[in-house]
Parts: sequence; structure tokens; C-alpha cells
Amino acid sequence: MKLPFSWLKEFVDVDITPEELETKLFSCGFEVEELIRLSEGISRVVVGEITHMEKQEGTDHLYLCRVNCGPEYGEDLAITTGAPNIFEGAIVPVALDGATLPGGIVIKARKMHGIMSNGMMCSGTELGITDDMYPGAEVNGLLILNGDPNAVLGRDICEVVGLDDVVFDISITANRPDCQSILGLAREVAALLDKPLHMPATDYEITGEPDPEISVRVEAPDLCPRYLAHYVRNLRIAESPRWMKRHLALMGLRSINNIVDITNHTLLEIGQPMHAFDLDHVEGKSICVRRAAEGEKITTLDEKEFTLNPNNLVICDAKKPVALAGIMGGLNSEIEADTKELLFECATFARDCVRKTSRALGQVSDSSSRYEKGVDQFGTELGLRRALHLIQELDCGDITPTAFDCSAAATHECMTFKARPEQINRVLGIEVPAETMIDILKRLQFGIEDHDGEWTVTVPRFREDIEGVPDLAEEVIREYGYDHIVPTFLARAAVTNGGMNDYQKRQMALKNTLSGQGFHEAMTLSFYSPADLDRLHIPADAPERNAIRILNPLSENLSIMRTTLAPSMLTSVVENLKSGNSEGRLFELANVYIPYSLPLDRMPDERLTLCLGVFGPEEDFFTVKGVMEAISYVTGVPFTYERAQVSYLHPGMTAAVIAGGRKIGVFGKLANDVTEELSLAKDDRTGRNIYLAELDYGALDAMIDENYHYVPLNEYAEQKRDLALICDEKVTVGEIEECIRQANPLVAAVRLFDVYRGKNIGEGRKSMAFTVTLSDREKDVTDNAAQKAVHKILSNLKFKLGAELRQE
Amino acid sequence: MQTDIEALRVQMREDLKKVNSADTLRAFWQEYLGKSGKIPAMMKDLRNVAPEERPTMGKVINELKNHIQEAYKEAESRVKQIELSSQNEAETVDITMPAKIRQTGSLHPITIVRNQIIDVFAGMGFEIYEGPEIEDDTHCFTRLNVPKDHPARDMQDTFYLTDELLLRTQTSAGQIRVMDAEKPPIKVLVPGRVFRSDSDATHSPMFHQMEGLVVDKGITLCDLQGMLDELCRNLFGSEVRTRLRPSYFPFTEPSVEVDVSCFECGGKGCGLCKHTGWIEILGGGVVNRKVLENCGIDPDVYSGIAFGIGIERIAMLKYGINNIGLFFQNNIRFLEQFRA
Repeated sequence: MKLPFSWLKEFVDVDITPEELETKLFSCGFEVEELIRLSEGISRVVVGEITHMEKQEGTDHLYLCRVNCGPEYGEDLAITTGAPNIFEGAIVPVALDGATLPGGIVIKARKMHGIMSNGMMCSGTELGITDDMYPGAEVNGLLILNGDPNAVLGRDICEVVGLDDVVFDISITANRPDCQSILGLAREVAALLDKPLHMPATDYEITGEPDPEISVRVEAPDLCPRYLAHYVRNLRIAESPRWMKRHLALMGLRSINNIVDITNHTLLEIGQPMHAFDLDHVEGKSICVRRAAEGEKITTLDEKEFTLNPNNLVICDAKKPVALAGIMGGLNSEIEADTKELLFECATFARDCVRKTSRALGQVSDSSSRYEKGVDQFGTELGLRRALHLIQELDCGDITPTAFDCSAAATHECMTFKARPEQINRVLGIEVPAETMIDILKRLQFGIEDHDGEWTVTVPRFREDIEGVPDLAEEVIREYGYDHIVPTFLARAAVTNGGMNDYQKRQMALKNTLSGQGFHEAMTLSFYSPADLDRLHIPADAPERNAIRILNPLSENLSIMRTTLAPSMLTSVVENLKSGNSEGRLFELANVYIPYSLPLDRMPDERLTLCLGVFGPEEDFFTVKGVMEAISYVTGVPFTYERAQVSYLHPGMTAAVIAGGRKIGVFGKLANDVTEELSLAKDDRTGRNIYLAELDYGALDAMIDENYHYVPLNEYAEQKRDLALICDEKVTVGEIEECIRQANPLVAAVRLFDVYRGKNIGEGRKSMAFTVTLSDREKDVTDNAAQKAVHKILSNLKFKLGAELRQE
Repeated sequence: MQTDIEALRVQMREDLKKVNSADTLRAFWQEYLGKSGKIPAMMKDLRNVAPEERPTMGKVINELKNHIQEAYKEAESRVKQIELSSQNEAETVDITMPAKIRQTGSLHPITIVRNQIIDVFAGMGFEIYEGPEIEDDTHCFTRLNVPKDHPARDMQDTFYLTDELLLRTQTSAGQIRVMDAEKPPIKVLVPGRVFRSDSDATHSPMFHQMEGLVVDKGITLCDLQGMLDELCRNLFGSEVRTRLRPSYFPFTEPSVEVDVSCFECGGKGCGLCKHTGWIEILGGGVVNRKVLENCGIDPDVYSGIAFGIGIERIAMLKYGINNIGLFFQNNIRFLEQFRA
């Protein structure tokens, strides 16, 4: 919200500098986002008079002038100009040697066509002003100041044209729609400085006879709690006075004509949007506020056509919509230069309705953004009275007795409630004296009736945000000063036990383990595109495709809630490779979102999932398997592995992770065809060595046993035997290990230590050497017992897997 | 024989000097003390000595033997030293050669900052609650006193999944879930992912927040500032101060914006604090009575304070990061810079 310092001073006698006011506003909740100095960039530009002019020799349009800028700056300066509108005796702005103009322009005395020019005479445009700021500012040529009593020779031009002003751009919080106006902010400033507030004049005289034919009714009071209308006849449409043009210009608006300017001025000053209908174009002289019919059409002032539905509120005449309520008037009833009579509309519309219609139609106006923030019913009344006063002051119409107040759903009473000062102090935690509170609240226009410390508080009508004691506490402390708050450290709170719970601590333990394994923790967005699933060759009927769609995504790239972390991880890996990181390990622990049904009918399952991305020339399937073992170790949950098929992983280098009898995840090398399609350089060989893993963390965590006990160390002698076995190439290490374990209860550990293939063994066969540890928790393992066990192991291996002891 | 003994003693001293390795040491032993060495030979020769001289000679030979044995022991320890130092020399490395590293990984800066905040509040008795990321309108808005027509609910800010379900825009949703499940005294932190339809250098459609909530008897605005003072000192150094100023959130009343004195310039004004001496870091306030009522907590008996911190914002300030997108690109050169 913009607040010109000069306009503010019309309401409050401000006796401090703009900078001091900025600080005070900030501390009471109004942050000045920008302090705009209108004179910014202008210096050494003063009023001067052309005392003599003559055509400069050798040019066809330049004049050499003698200029009087008063005794201080020189009474006979030679300045050249090419401006078409000069004359002897013209009083103009003169940029002296060394002057600056907006846009960083510096004026220097210099020779023009051989003659020294000691500065530059300026146009209004060069000073950055418009006709509305100062009459004649936009003429072709110099700004002529003749006739202005302020234009004293040698005077700073900013003081003459009104650039010696400051505009505050203030950020207004959503609870203070009443401050979205000059008056609203002036009210705050008056309270802040403890000065009286001069209310704008709202008196007017009614003339002539009523027009009984005009009718106004509201059919949708839920969307329009208050609708005021007043009939003005004998319009005299003309230019607005200079003060009004300037007000509008300071706020960034252009003057149109007196009637349109009055509606805009009221919006800015009082915060009340207004609309004026050309009554000649309102059929049947009847106004009806109702929901639009399905398919009903309206063309607004800016010549855009909209098709409406019953969610949209419209103002209609006897036949058709003439305005989109709170947003914009219709082209059909616009005020024009020859308009003779008008009906002023001053209303309160439900802000939700205005917002929804504005968004749905993509049509925004000053009025709609004001309604969205909230317009109070107090302002509605005040706004109409002010507009009618201005009609009279500007003498642009006759105010008739025909007026309407459709306020079926309006509240006229001020809200009151009971409060005690100690309740306020209990919120704040400090002791603000009751008299101080009363003083602050009265300055903010609250009514306080004090019955022995029991207050009846009357809330000003423009403060629809005030509901009870905590609101009063805020009003008190923001005026009293937050620096009065004395920090305490939960002085009166009960002692409680804090910190992460076990589930959260286990997650941190896992993260720390992975970090120790060389993994960097990654974080990726929770949504991606269906194309990210395509990239991983995830089939159309795969469960991962049942993803929740966002109704209003930022883009298609971020349109579905992820059902697997792998696509996000792959993106991170590829981005690392592209940026020249040839190796690395990443992990992410985050949710995937699994719907119970689609379309979504309840909150989905948010499944905490661990995803790993491993890449680089040093990595292989088994380094990643090593990470799985580390995870198994830190969680204490034993893993086994089974060959698995996953659309995006290599069919020969993929394993399912099995824990507690169920599959909790997969890992493997990225499939060759998926790798091939990545947007990586063809010869980027490191890019071809990417591994991904994904584990259901929730399932894993559920298997963690926090209440384990230690296993006593075995004090009896163990025996170790190395067995070199020859078997068919197809037999796996896992099968042999399993077979050895099953063969004899003494087998405590089986460890592969060598694999050999060679001609001497034979085509399609391999040799694998294992160390088998035999132990017994009740006695030493004797040579005899060990021999028996090995015998049984070898016979089982031969029988079940066709594996035999290698003969040297 | 007496002269032989003297000659041997002299010879031995000469030989002893030459001992400088395991080999020469062994040769020395064999020369004098070994089975076929000179001392045993002398012992044998004793037989040829006149019987009356034998005891004297025997004694002299024995003395010589002891002498040589001692000399040998000395030589042995000297050789050990020589061998050790030559081994050490052979094994000596150029310590300026590059290190061999099994690179350890790192925690994400968001996790690091999150844990740092948790540590501060865990000490004050706060539990950690993590609510669902997909929330319903009731928990995310209605019961937090965000009315139906509040701009925060507008389609441009919130990602909707259905009319009722949405991606939570604030961890404040967790307040309601906690107050439904527990009765005062409540001290809880709610960290987690939040989502808003916004994307530029300082906004990501997904980011992290940490909500803090205390509900108990006699909780005041003073407690909020005291608690946040403690947090800021932990995050930004013991000399920083906090400042409260009025703001607005539907779920707190009074609501405050909390600024911390600039830790870069100490409050004098610099680029980081945009020459104001203060940096805005979080919002909070006294829990709105309606929110307590919505959770079945009697606001005449209990009061509460709440605050919400943007974790990315803190991390950006703390580490001097100027683009929020870096947190989610996962470039290892970025990630590896952060230490817990």
C-alpha cells in the first residue's frame, strides 16, 4: 500500500521526519518496503527566467538565451536550447552546471556550436513528471512555470512542482484490510503519534425530487451483505481539480474525468471500491445483485467477454448483467463524456466470492484485489458519503434524495466483549500498567468502560480482525513496544523428557553408517513426471504407475507424487556425471506415496524408503552388495539375496534383498538399454557403471530388535577346513554354502576364498575354495568329529550339487 | 698359555669392533664361544697344563669367557639397534606424498541444521513428531484458524490432490495432530517437508520447516523470546540478539516476526542484513485460543506458544548459500562441503 507523506499530512499533523516515521511504523507492525523520494536523482535544478533570446548563428533551431536564476545561481547565464515553446519572459526549470536529472543524467556546462552553454532548460518529462503532477508537464518543449506564485527565481524546482515529497510503500498484513487506504494508515499514524485524526469531509446537500422509477434489490445477501446506491443527476463531466489529479498521480493512477476520478479517489482514500453506472444504459432503471445464470455473458470495460456461471456474482439491470460484482463494470453502462445521470454503487461483497470469480476468469482490477483483502461495512457507508461530498465539492452533479441501503445481512452494532487488564498481561508475560493499556486502546479508537478492573471493550467498526483478549494484547504490545518483553526460559512450564524417539534415532544411525560408507545424503523433490517412470522402462501396468496426480502442478515435470525414489536418484546421478563428477555414492531416505485407491479417497500410505545411487569406475555389483551387508549389520537384520528382475536393472546383475522371509528391496546395475538412453556423452564410459538400490525402510525398521542380548563367546576349540571343490559353472556360491551349512550341525561359518577356471578343470566347470569353520558350544571339536563332518559335507555336495573335492 | 690368553683378549677386542650386523655377530660367536670356538678349545687345552696350574688357569679362562660373553651381549644389542634403524630407514616414506583416502560421505546440510535445532530443543524437553506430508484441509487449514476465504489457501499457493487432500504447506499441521494425541504439558518439534506452488532463487516448490509448540499453564510471549534467544545463540553464536515485531498468522495471536541481529556485521549493517543490522529468520506467536479450543484444550487453563522455522533459510544464512535449488540438485561437490 502506497502512502504519500503529503496526503498523510492532510489527516494527521505529523511532526517527525519520514525516516523517523518509517522506524515507528516498522515497530508497530507496518514494514515500509520502500521509501520513495520523488526528488530522487534531481539536484541543482532551479527556477529561471529567459530574459533574452536570439537565434544561434549557423543553426536552424537553436536559440541562445540569457537566463536569470536569481542572485545565488547567476542572473545572466548563457544557455542554449532547441525547445519550440520558448519566449522572452518564460519562467522555466534550469539544470545548472553539475545538475543531475532522473535516470542518472548529469548536466555539464559545454560548448554547443562554439558557444558556451552553462546548463540546460528542462521539460516536465525530463524531470519525470506528468500533467497530473503539474499542469503542462507533458507539453512539447520546456515546462512553463509562468503564473505559479511558487516559481521564485533560484528556487529548487522540486519544491515548485511538488517533487519534495516522499511515498511510503508499506506492506500490510492480511489481518489489517482496514489499512489498505490512506485514511486507515492515517488512523494508525495518529494513534502512534498520539495526534488527532482529521477525518475527510463527508457532508453534502440533497437537491431536487426523488426518482421513484429507480429500484435496487439484492437477491444474494450471502455474497453481498451490504449494497448502498445513490442517484446523482445533471452530471457535469469535466477535468478534475489539480489536488485530486496530484493525489491520483502520487498513487500511480492517471486522471480520467471528475466522476471516474472520484470513484478511484474514494478507493484510495477510504479503501472502498465504488462503481458508477450510466443510468441511461441501465434498462428499467433497475439494479439487481444476483448469481449469474449458467452461460450468461458480460463484456467488461476493457472489452473482454466472459461466460459466467452461478458461482459468479453479477449486477444486472432489468435484462442483462451490467457489472461483474466487485471486479469490473460492464462496457454497456460505462460513464462517458455525455453521461447525464449516474447511480453510485458502494457495496461489501464476500471476499471469497470475488477472489474465486477473479481467479476463475483471470480478471483482476484494483477493486477486486481490494475486495479480496476485505472491505469492512463501516468503510462502505463512509465511502459513499465521501464520494457524494466530492460530487458537491467538485460541482459535477446534483445529489438526489434517491438512495438505497440493502443491508439484510449487514451488522450495524459494534462488537463488544469483556476483558481484564491482567488477562492481557498473562498473554504477554509482563506487567503493562492498566492506564497505559487504556491509553493505547483509546488512541486506537477502542471504547473502554472500566468497572473496577472489569472492562467492557467496544471494537471500532473498521477492526473486523479483533475478536478477544489476545488481539488486545497484540494491540497493546505493538504500541507499547516489543522491547519491553523480558525473555524468560519457559519459567513456569513443566519439566518434560525430550529428544528423538527410537525410530528417529535408528534413521540417524543408518544415515551415519551410510555416510561412513562414503555416501552423501541427497534430497530430491517429492514429485516428478510420468516421463521419469518411462525413462526407467517401468511398464504401463506396473504398480509404480498408480501415482497420485497433483491437481494444480507447477508443470507436467512435477505432476505426480512419486511411488519410487529410483527415478529421482537416477536424475541426481546423471547430473553429477554431467557436471564432471566421475564417481560417487548418494543416498536418500524419503517417503514414496502409495494410494490405497485411485482416485484418492483417503490419505495414502507414506512409505519411508531408502534409495542408493552408486557410480564410478571402482564400483561393481559386489561393492554395492557390501553396502547392503553394512546395512544388515547396523540394523542387525540378516539379509539374503535372490536373483530378481527389475525393469530398469541389468537382468544378470540384480538381486532382491530378503529379510524376515519377505522381499524388502532390490539392488543392481542399471540396465544397459536404460543407460544407453541417458542423456550422457556416448564415450562417457564412467557413465556406464551406475548402480541403484531401493529398500522399504519401514519394513526393515520393523524387523530391528532393540532388545537383543549378547551371545556368550565360545570357549571351546574350533576346527577350520579348507575345501577346494569342482562343480558345474551353473552352481552358485550360495547353493554350495547352503548345502555345506545344512550338512552338519557343527558348521558355524562358510567363507569363499578363491574361484578358479582353467583348461585343467574342463570347459563349463569351475573350482571354488571354501573355508569351513566347525564349532560346538559344548565341547572341543575333535579331529575325528571334524573328519566326520567333512565327509558328510562332501557326500551331500556330490549328491545334491554334483560338486567334488578337487584332486591336486 | 698366559700370553696366549692375553693375545686372545686383544684379538677379541679387535674383532668385536668389526661386529655390525647379524652375520658378523654370528661369526663372532662361532669364533669365540661356538662349539669349535677358541674358548672351548682353550678349555680342552687345559688338560695339557700342569695340574698345579690348572685351577689358576681355569679361573683365568673362565674370566675371559665371561668377559667375552658380556662383550657379545653388548654387541648383540648394538646390532639390534643398527638393524632396526636400517629397517626404519628402508621403510621411510615421503610424508608429503598425496594421502590415500577412502572418502567418507556426508549428511545433507538440511539434516545437519535440522539436527542442530533438534539438539537445542531436545535439551529443553521437546519431543520430535513427524506428521504426514499429504494432509487434509482440516489439519492444514481449518483447525489452524485459517478461514475458508484466507489467501493462504488459494490455489496458487497450495498443491491440491483432491478437494480435501493436499500437500501440507506448513508443518503447523502437525500442531493439531500432536494436540489431538497428547494433553498438556506439550513440548514438541515438528520437522519435515512442506510444499508450495512457488519456484525461484529463494523459493522451491518443496522445502523444509520446523514447527515448535509449547502448551502448558502460564506460557507467555516472554517464553517465546527466551526460547528463540537460546536457539539463535546456538545457531549463530553467543553474541546475537533477537528482536520481535508484530506480524500476522491466523494460528497465533499475538503474532510476531523474529529477527536476529546480523551475525556477519554484528548489527552495524552489511550486505547480508541489507544494511538494517537485522535478519528475519522465523515467525511465531502465542497460540490462538481458537486453535487450542479446536483441539479440546481449555484456553482459560492452558496457553501456548508456537513458531515455524524455514530450515533452508537458516542453512542458506549459516553457510552463505544464495540459491535454494542447490539443496536439491545433489551435486557431490556441493554436498561434501558440509560437516555435522
